[in-house]
Amino acid sequence: MTTADDPASGEQTLVVRLRVNGMWHEVRVPGRRLLSDALRHDLRLTGTHVGCEHGVCGACTVLLDGEPVRSCLLLAASADGHELTTVEGLAEPDGTLHPVQQAFVDCHGLQCGFCTPGFVMTIAAYLRENPDPDEDDALAACAGNLCRCTGYQNIKAAVLRAAELSRGTGR
Amino acid sequence: MKPAPFTYHRPVELDAALDLLGRLRDAGQHAKVLAGGQSLLPMLSMRLAEPAHVVDINALAGLDGVDVDAAGVRVGALVRHRGLERHAGAGAVLPLLRQALRQVAHPTIRNRGTSVGSLCHADPAAELPAVLALLGGAVVARSRRGERRIQAPDFFLGPLESALEPDELAVATQFHRPPPGTGTAFVEVARRHGDYAVCGVAAAVTVDEAGRVRAARAAYVSAGEGIGALDLGAAVAGAGVDVAAWADAGELARGLVATESDIHASAQYRSQLVAVLTARALQDAAAQAGLDSTSHASALDPAQGAR
Amino acid sequence: MTTRLLGAPVTRVEDPRLLRGEGRYLDDLGQDALEVAFVRSPHAHARVLDIDVDGVLEVPGVVAVYTYEDLLESDRDDGTHVSEPLPLLIPHPALHAPRTAYPLAREEVNHVGEAIAMVVARDRYVAEDACGRIVVRYEVLTPVVGLAAAREAAQAVHADVPDNVAAHLVQQVGDLAAAMAAAPRRHTLDLRVERSASMPLEGKGVYARWDTDEHTVRVYTSTQAATSVRAAVAAKLGLALNQVECIAPDIGGGFGVKIVHPWPEEVLVPWAARRLARAGGPREVKWVEDRREHFVSSAHERAQVQRVEVGFDDEGHLLAFDFTFWHDNGAYTPYGIIVPIITSTQVLGPYKPGAYRCEFFSMYTNTVIVTPYRGAGRPQGVYAMERAMDAIADATGLDRALVRERNLIQPDEMPYDHHLVFQDGRPLIYDSGDYPAGLAKLKALVGWEDFEAVREQARAQGRRVGIGLACYVEGTGPGPYEGAHVVVETSGKVKVATGLTSQGQGHQTAFAQVVADQLGVALRDVEVVTGDSRRFRYAVGTFASRAAVMSGSAMHIAAAKVREKALRVAAEALEVSVDDLELVDGAVSVKGTAPGSSGTSLSLGTIAVLANPLRYAFDEASQAATQFAVGDTSQAPVAPGEEPGLEASGYYSPQRSTFASGVHAVVVETDPLTAEITVLRYCVVHDCGTLINPRIVQGQVHGGVAQGVAGALYERMEYDEHGQLLNASFMDFLMPYATEVPRKVEIDHLQTPSPLNPLGIKGAGEAGVIPGMAVLASAIEDAEGFRIDAMPISPSELFHLRQAHERGELPSLTRAGRPKEFLP
Repeated sequence: MTTADDPASGEQTLVVRLRVNGMWHEVRVPGRRLLSDALRHDLRLTGTHVGCEHGVCGACTVLLDGEPVRSCLLLAASADGHELTTVEGLAEPDGTLHPVQQAFVDCHGLQCGFCTPGFVMTIAAYLRENPDPDEDDALAACAGNLCRCTGYQNIKAAVLRAAELSRGTGR
Repeated sequence: MKPAPFTYHRPVELDAALDLLGRLRDAGQHAKVLAGGQSLLPMLSMRLAEPAHVVDINALAGLDGVDVDAAGVRVGALVRHRGLERHAGAGAVLPLLRQALRQVAHPTIRNRGTSVGSLCHADPAAELPAVLALLGGAVVARSRRGERRIQAPDFFLGPLESALEPDELAVATQFHRPPPGTGTAFVEVARRHGDYAVCGVAAAVTVDEAGRVRAARAAYVSAGEGIGALDLGAAVAGAGVDVAAWADAGELARGLVATESDIHASAQYRSQLVAVLTARALQDAAAQAGLDSTSHASALDPAQGAR
Repeated sequence: MTTRLLGAPVTRVEDPRLLRGEGRYLDDLGQDALEVAFVRSPHAHARVLDIDVDGVLEVPGVVAVYTYEDLLESDRDDGTHVSEPLPLLIPHPALHAPRTAYPLAREEVNHVGEAIAMVVARDRYVAEDACGRIVVRYEVLTPVVGLAAAREAAQAVHADVPDNVAAHLVQQVGDLAAAMAAAPRRHTLDLRVERSASMPLEGKGVYARWDTDEHTVRVYTSTQAATSVRAAVAAKLGLALNQVECIAPDIGGGFGVKIVHPWPEEVLVPWAARRLARAGGPREVKWVEDRREHFVSSAHERAQVQRVEVGFDDEGHLLAFDFTFWHDNGAYTPYGIIVPIITSTQVLGPYKPGAYRCEFFSMYTNTVIVTPYRGAGRPQGVYAMERAMDAIADATGLDRALVRERNLIQPDEMPYDHHLVFQDGRPLIYDSGDYPAGLAKLKALVGWEDFEAVREQARAQGRRVGIGLACYVEGTGPGPYEGAHVVVETSGKVKVATGLTSQGQGHQTAFAQVVADQLGVALRDVEVVTGDSRRFRYAVGTFASRAAVMSGSAMHIAAAKVREKALRVAAEALEVSVDDLELVDGAVSVKGTAPGSSGTSLSLGTIAVLANPLRYAFDEASQAATQFAVGDTSQAPVAPGEEPGLEASGYYSPQRSTFASGVHAVVVETDPLTAEITVLRYCVVHDCGTLINPRIVQGQVHGGVAQGVAGALYERMEYDEHGQLLNASFMDFLMPYATEVPRKVEIDHLQTPSPLNPLGIKGAGEAGVIPGMAVLASAIEDAEGFRIDAMPISPSELFHLRQAHERGELPSLTRAGRPKEFLP
């Protein structure tokens, strides 16, 4: 990571390398730049949303080296050299929706869609470790994200449906 | 809600990190160490903290180990809550770690937050300080000046205040293993799952071969400003685990823990929770202790303590 | 044969795009725009003595700093109206002392969070740095916080409104005093409801682009009323309407808070964009509200203090209903008194009290403004009435459901005139409904009659459970109107637009279902656009559960016109009578022949070609419409009375609102020691008339129920005596996670169509939330055995009520059908 000072403000900037959805990107950002802002505004991957900027709502959840994290609670600089997956990287290259995405369609698991990418990322990671969830697991899988629209019933259903779809497709 | 500017450092050698912290201290520069950042980042974004320097220790090698031995569990500064929670050896030796870690926020936060960082944050509303206070142990602090072990009772100075000097880096924490025949439990009441507790209790009960309570201790979360453990043996020592007056121990605790009011609960309600949850936690712990003294194998069952 | 789509639970057409992360929410737009941050008042009540912005412009990256002085200068020099107070959107004769804020504070601030200075900078980080350098000197005044202080009026929020009363309204039907006096029994309840808020996951936001060449501004805003924002911006900036376009992009939830407009930022952001452009600078400016701003500078709702006096007889008949309440409207009244009017009228629910009177005082406090949040005053009204119903049941020793049954309006009494004026200025006349059937269904669903056995069983296990129920009627779909435009393109694809906006209700799917049915096309061939003034200019907005009723009906009307025209054009081309034609599978065909058959069938695309006679061809399809290809030379190419194109606009403007209804029941468990409250079962019977899409309606009910539980058990705005909001974050404002909502919501539907619109639709958006507080209060008091009068209720508060009960300060309930001593 190379650093320099912004000539105008004198604020330190850093060159940060991020591998996002399989592609390396290089951005020059101040040390204070949040990962969520770097993804959304430097890389223009706006599928990751920001709902609270203090780590409670989960709309900004992305996968860091495969594990879900709040991108608003990470500095972009801290993610230097790491692998990130955002909602844009979830579907198949041919456009086929990921089982979790398809399950959200099937179960009406979203309304306004703002919190949805965070849920989808969290649940996709959860199902990788727990491919055969029961109802309690479905609740646990989505318990750390806020949704204001759905009342969560159909999100829980989507967790079970996604597991079913994954088994069907062998994914 | 964006952080104020700071200079970001990411040393890759421990000595360089310690040297940096030392120089910043000498220069009177305010620096914050960033490990998991799950408490620090919100404070930065809300501009409740505006350090001139942030020292990110995530690139340091050798700080991500969990070591289990007869004395207990040693946890490195970069061990994430989730890693410790999943660590079978640590879970077998100290079930309380897993019992408490499952109450720390949500898995996504635990994926990034570090257990040592939580101790350094010294928040009386957090679970791990209570665990360290109950089990005993030490925080290992390193600086250019050398290494020191700060024992649990000396580490927590007050709310959000630890005994770490500005040039010191907590590189690890040692959690002591309680004596044989000890069971533990962690119970809490939170307004929402994953929130900071309205009140939480970590409890340890030691039982002798005859099934009588030898020791009973508890430490509290969100009960007041202090972080420490109470000896509640006076209420239950000597009694058989099946008949011990856990409720009396709860009442003893109610009298000893100074609770406070906030927007979520009155002090009086918190005191009620101190009494009720103490009794529940001690009873759970005693049940675990019974398992520990009669069957050593079950204490190693990683599922133990699942709630 | 095309399947009928109206009533089908089709999956949403919106979803794949949103699930791929391809949504376009406000902050996804304008990536190169300058960004705005505000200096906001840290005081609840203060005079602004001085604003020192010295040196702020020297902060690298800062482009502009504006205060009220700049607004004055702009009005003087540029003919804008930005220094004037923001509009009073809904005036009312009873609102005798309306006050609205200035876009930037002028001399005085009246709540924490009121905007004082605006910074435009390279990005939000720098803008916030600059805000930190602006020094404001205040003379701090004593704030008025809470209804008690407002009523006491030792201090005034606005010096010229010394009693803090913004509005006072009385509506009375019958001789209440006589009816009350004559009633065999009387009971008084004092009730309280705290503040909550809409709290969409996406806050507000505004992004404006000034076009220097065309002298126009395009405003994107996260609003529920795009066309009205357009008009407001034009008025404030002194522009002609056609110089402004306003677009609501994808919106991350609204729930009411985004119906208010123009927010200060909706005026200031386009104003700044133009001002900077004139100075030769950048032309794109964006403000994205952060969560803290949303807490202190958007809107809240719900807080009321209520007094209910009921007169009734031994059979539980409600003979007289006297309802007085004090409504906390916060610091300003931009949205008029819609919320308290709704409370004061919808309080009646499905019942027919003999005589009644509702009186309210809308009070100023030095807190965030109060404007509709999903339910919009209804939850408070239902709470008042349903608490009273429970009280009557307990006083008479009758079953709570029976008392309600005895007071219900019967189906044969519809339409039922309450002789009150509703929030739309129209008479409060229920159009249709079958309330006894709804209550009967609910009792069966929850097992009302068998509950005492459940209670006994729980008690044997040392557990404490209770059951409650609550009925509501919801006025939905108020006017004045909505419109829609439907056009069939020559490809056969159907493009549809309506002016009202979408915040996640699945309008693109539901409206497409309505249109597809009329035009006999597949759902995938219909594309719906909402909330874009470039596509449809006349609209009101999305509120009061009105989108399906209003725009759904308008869609139906517009599509029916297109259908008629398609039949007309086809009849002429096929030289048959319209009566011999049918529109099926995207084609008009002679009845009895297959769509697509040569000579007897024309596709909608072809009809669209024929409907627009051309001189110039540009593709194969359009060649068919040129002057040497078609047309009867003896007639005008476009017949008198016709217009070119296969398209139509339609408007729906109802005489009055339509009334949906429902009943909820809940079973709760309360922990005898920790006083934690758990919802064991949540049952809903719901009647919103014809269902366009049951899947979407179910989702609306789920979401509403979650917000109802939230408002009863978790959410409140915690102000201290200084007017500081102590829980202005998601850490301390307890919006429920999945773990805090009922595990399941059991739903049964009733469909009583509305006679007021062509599809029989009633609104569904708000229903789920409305009885939440009432039903949970009912169930908790049933579990505990003493009255619950204040909501929301936390375990800590329940613990203190228990203590008061134990001390004898809170009397025990006497309740029918259950043992006197029911505590475990």
